[in-house]
Amino acid sequence: MERIYFDHAATTPVSAEVLEKMMPYFSENFGNAHSQHNFGRNAIKGVDDARSQVAAAIGCRPNEVYFTGSGTEANNWAVKGTAWARESKGRHIITSKIEHPSVLNSCKWLEKHGFEVSYISVDKDGTVSLDELEKAVRPDTILISVMMANNEVGTIQPYKEIAAIAKKHGVLYHVDAVQAVGAIKVDVNDIGCDMLTLSAHKFYGPKGVGALYIRNGLKIEKLIVGGGQERAMRGGTTNTPAVVGLGQAIENAVKNLGSYAEHCRNLRDRFIGRVEKEIPYVKLNGSRTNRLPNNANFSFEYIEGESILYRLDLAGIAVSSGSACSSGSLEPSHVLLAMGVDIVLGHGSIRFSFGKDNTVEQIDYAVDKLKEIVKTLREMSPLFNWKDGEKENI
Amino acid sequence: MMYNEKVIEVFSNPKNVGVIENADGVGTVGNATCGDIMKIYLKIDNGVITDAKFQTFGCAAAIATSSTATEMIKGKTVEEAEKLTNAAVVESLGGLPAQKMHCSVLAEEAIAEAIKDYRSRQAKK
Repeated sequence: MERIYFDHAATTPVSAEVLEKMMPYFSENFGNAHSQHNFGRNAIKGVDDARSQVAAAIGCRPNEVYFTGSGTEANNWAVKGTAWARESKGRHIITSKIEHPSVLNSCKWLEKHGFEVSYISVDKDGTVSLDELEKAVRPDTILISVMMANNEVGTIQPYKEIAAIAKKHGVLYHVDAVQAVGAIKVDVNDIGCDMLTLSAHKFYGPKGVGALYIRNGLKIEKLIVGGGQERAMRGGTTNTPAVVGLGQAIENAVKNLGSYAEHCRNLRDRFIGRVEKEIPYVKLNGSRTNRLPNNANFSFEYIEGESILYRLDLAGIAVSSGSACSSGSLEPSHVLLAMGVDIVLGHGSIRFSFGKDNTVEQIDYAVDKLKEIVKTLREMSPLFNWKDGEKENI
Repeated sequence: MMYNEKVIEVFSNPKNVGVIENADGVGTVGNATCGDIMKIYLKIDNGVITDAKFQTFGCAAAIATSSTATEMIKGKTVEEAEKLTNAAVVESLGGLPAQKMHCSVLAEEAIAEAIKDYRSRQAKK
């Protein structure tokens, strides 16, 4: 059976070119990047090159790039590090209701330690309310952390407007750009942010490595203390192969951005078009226009997401479900709930995220299978009376 | 979380999906907000369950337990069916992930509801 991967927002495979670049750093160039001998110098050369590649990709200086162990770590660092560095100025943070759990849970952790957090609402498309955001700014606000594009529904946020609000009020602006890099243009000066998070495995780089851009002159507290790595800002022996992989992956991502985005957009639009035309009672979640080129997120009425996911998996198609039935009651996606999606509809939501190796044939096969699966599951569902074509009252 | 092969097999090819017209007992449990609804239909002749069908809105575990539970009570007397426990359903499926155990409870409850409905209809006769 052909396996079709439509879960690129979860992770991507390491590309051949990236892997090739990484390989020597596992063995012959194994040195500790902080050692002063030849082995160390070979390693640090790879790390320095990678730092320059990241800087070139996002339009900053190499010394504004700090490597981390993940996007999650970078988000934790930006939020907590800013809070710790600026608590004498204020203890209020603004974020949105649709952030990645690494931002949301960092904020919740800070709330337990005396900080106040405003969680800004989004509209039905998943766009953060600028009006509410600006009104939330207080004299003691120290940070605004809002993502560039949402990981579940793909909605691109009004990041320039948010940057303008932050600047106007003298508040720092952190952007989680984990889903954006490689899919849309990400340039720190174009955005106008003070900090930005990225993660290699979302753009054909390795897992276990991310980076935080911190604007020169800005001081935040360390999250991970240890040796003097990352200019004494992030302890831990540098994961040289992963960092080298990140560098090559982001260089490729930026170089191929135009064609990659177009390829994904064509697949996505064909997928959305066919699903909406051929499957009744579906709802596209997220903005129709202002969304990542590789994201489609649908709710299928009267059926539950996990059932769809497993049936698709059995047909060889890998997708992601917006809800997780885990603890006796389903936990619908916090993103869909914030968008005002009906909770039952939220249970039936599936994210399809496309990538470079996907083809039109895969899209067509997947839609054909999806049609069958949705029909079969609806025939099993007590929520719909097929004979009368009406909803059952349960 | 991983389902075993048996659960996936039953989920892929569930038995007894559908509605029994003029059922002798119907039981519905769960609610859509929580993400699980199970509706069980029973045909009962002389105290013996001659047919059982289900409609389920829910996850793979909910659908698999619906199928297995309805299979297990077919041909049983009402009294025997009442004794069906969620543990027996889970055992027949070769186990469920811990966080999915509530789905098997739902099947037990839906059957109990359907039997209750049958008894109250009998009482009215």
